[in-house]
Amino acid sequence: MTKKQKRMLCRILAAAALLVLLALLPLSGFLRFAAYMLPYLIVGHDILRKALKGIKNRQPFDENFLMAVATVGAILLGEYVEGVAVMLFYQIGELFQSYAVGKSRRSISALMDIRPDCANLEMENGETQAVDPDDVPIGSVILVRPGEKIPLDGVILSGSSTLNTSALTGESVPREAKEGDEVLSGCISTTGLLRIRTTRSFGESTVSKILDLVENASSLKSRPEAFISRFARVYTPAVCMSALALAVLPPLFLLLAGQPPRPGDWVFRALTFLVISCPCALVVSIPLTFFAGIGCASREGVLVKGSCYLESLSKVRTVVFDKTGTMTQGVFAVTDVFPAALDRDALLEAAALCECRSTHPISRSLLAACGGEIDVSRVTGVQEISGKGVIAQVDGKAVACGNSSLMAQLGVSVPENAAGGTLVHVAIGGTYAGLIVISDRLKETAGEAVAALRRTGVRKTVMLTGDTQETAAQIAAALGIDDVHAQLLPQDKVAHVEQLLAQSSEGLLAFVGDGINDAPVLSRADVGIAMGALGSDAAIEAADVVLMDDDPRRIALSIRIARRCLSIVYQNIVFALGVKFACLILGALGIANMWIAIFADVGVMVLAVLNAIRALRAPK
Amino acid sequence: MKKTYKIEVDCANCANKMELAAKKTPGVKDASVNFMLLKMTVEFEDGADVKAVMAKVKEACKVVEDDCEIYF
Repeated sequence: MTKKQKRMLCRILAAAALLVLLALLPLSGFLRFAAYMLPYLIVGHDILRKALKGIKNRQPFDENFLMAVATVGAILLGEYVEGVAVMLFYQIGELFQSYAVGKSRRSISALMDIRPDCANLEMENGETQAVDPDDVPIGSVILVRPGEKIPLDGVILSGSSTLNTSALTGESVPREAKEGDEVLSGCISTTGLLRIRTTRSFGESTVSKILDLVENASSLKSRPEAFISRFARVYTPAVCMSALALAVLPPLFLLLAGQPPRPGDWVFRALTFLVISCPCALVVSIPLTFFAGIGCASREGVLVKGSCYLESLSKVRTVVFDKTGTMTQGVFAVTDVFPAALDRDALLEAAALCECRSTHPISRSLLAACGGEIDVSRVTGVQEISGKGVIAQVDGKAVACGNSSLMAQLGVSVPENAAGGTLVHVAIGGTYAGLIVISDRLKETAGEAVAALRRTGVRKTVMLTGDTQETAAQIAAALGIDDVHAQLLPQDKVAHVEQLLAQSSEGLLAFVGDGINDAPVLSRADVGIAMGALGSDAAIEAADVVLMDDDPRRIALSIRIARRCLSIVYQNIVFALGVKFACLILGALGIANMWIAIFADVGVMVLAVLNAIRALRAPK
Repeated sequence: MKKTYKIEVDCANCANKMELAAKKTPGVKDASVNFMLLKMTVEFEDGADVKAVMAKVKEACKVVEDDCEIYF
């Protein structure tokens, strides 16, 4: 609790004690009035002062004014206990609100506690000195001891360590880093001492970029937030006018109708009306929910650039994926071997030997699949045929590896095959020996990610890729993706997304890419999600939502976080407005007394704030 | 030009009112108040005297919410 809050608590306790004491004392007349003024002023003097200031500054219609008028009115009507109690409970509510907001503010900043305090700069004389990360020029050498945060992006000069990246990515599996590796600021080095040459200034480092993004996230406001601030602006004056009407019109009407007007009764109803009407519950809880939702997402390694994107994310019904780097690892590997004559290993070995001189990614993947070292001296007379493949003498036999046009050139007949991916046919000594399929490997979690999206209520999944139709169709079938468009150029992807946007009648469209050459698509979609974006500035710029690591399951997770956050927002709007309007009507009819009014004001706010705080926890 | 300032304010509605007041101040192109982080981001018009404009912003905010503070 802050000093201000503690002082408020003392005032509340003192006033409450006095109120109980006075209720037991048999006072009457002016003495009774004077006695009740004591707790009233102790607990409410600042509200009265603020209300007067508001009137002086011609900004009268705020909650201070509401409270001042309601309590002064109650006291004038002789309802001393009610008058003091309303003020007392109002202040309790305010105190609770400021405590709850302060608490969630702190817990969210603790989540984002990745800002390094200092950097150990290595000086020319070999000594180290702790300095502000802001003062470290690019190219300096810094030391990071075990347990410390890496303060700036850089390259490891010496040492190796296990890095904990969970603060950045939400990923709890630690990452190994050794000499020559690039490291990002914000990671925690857990085991070894690292000497790092910095490659970026602090302002440009990953940690600053992320903090900047999260801290500015709430400046892009969502529609519920905009609605609430507009609503509050109209609402308070409207309620004041209604209260005035309630105090004046019915008695006048009754007077004209020849009945007893009972003006005191109607004024008291109007005051009840004022107490109920305070808009705090909404004005506090809605931004608090979004803030908590964004905080929760960043803890899970999902950076949302603004609460408006959290809102859009919750309405996503169509998800469009890029293939390479999103659903696949972007690394070529042997995925299938179909031997025709000899066994699997021998076929792989022959192909690897044949292509061992090449640096083409396909040759690399053949070597990797073979495993271990290869005796290059067994290979002679290597002949590369551009665009087709390689022919070489392996152990004296002619081996040819390549596509079907190479086989056709050699006069080798190739059996029909429907496999997707890059096909490498192998012929040994002029006869067909088998087929090796090389393709980009699927991410292990890709299938689960698509299933999870479907469970969250995504209606349609589409994959766009520059790859061949067969490969794309095979991957789409393996993952359970509805629709696939292959052989697309980057500009075709934009056209396809636009077409899908035009087609979809309900819900929004999200595009997920790795941020490499799909920036235009990311910005064209309703929600652009960049993944594996850690360290890639272009992706962070272009996307609305940034997934810090490259696990596609986080797409569904971020949608679930957004849904939950928005459902809490709507719960609060409906609950707060519902209770308020119900109580307003009851108040106007004279059924709700001052105590119900206090609940409608303070109680609703407390409940709404407690509900808002739920958005901090990630959905299971 | 955009600058961010630390502020102190007690309630969310007051933060909204401060934002409105800051937006209306001459020399301010746009302003937004983040109640959760207690920060005010002000975008100044070209060639505006930042110090003078901020003094005006603070004055305007004090009118709508007496209990606020802007650190600049």
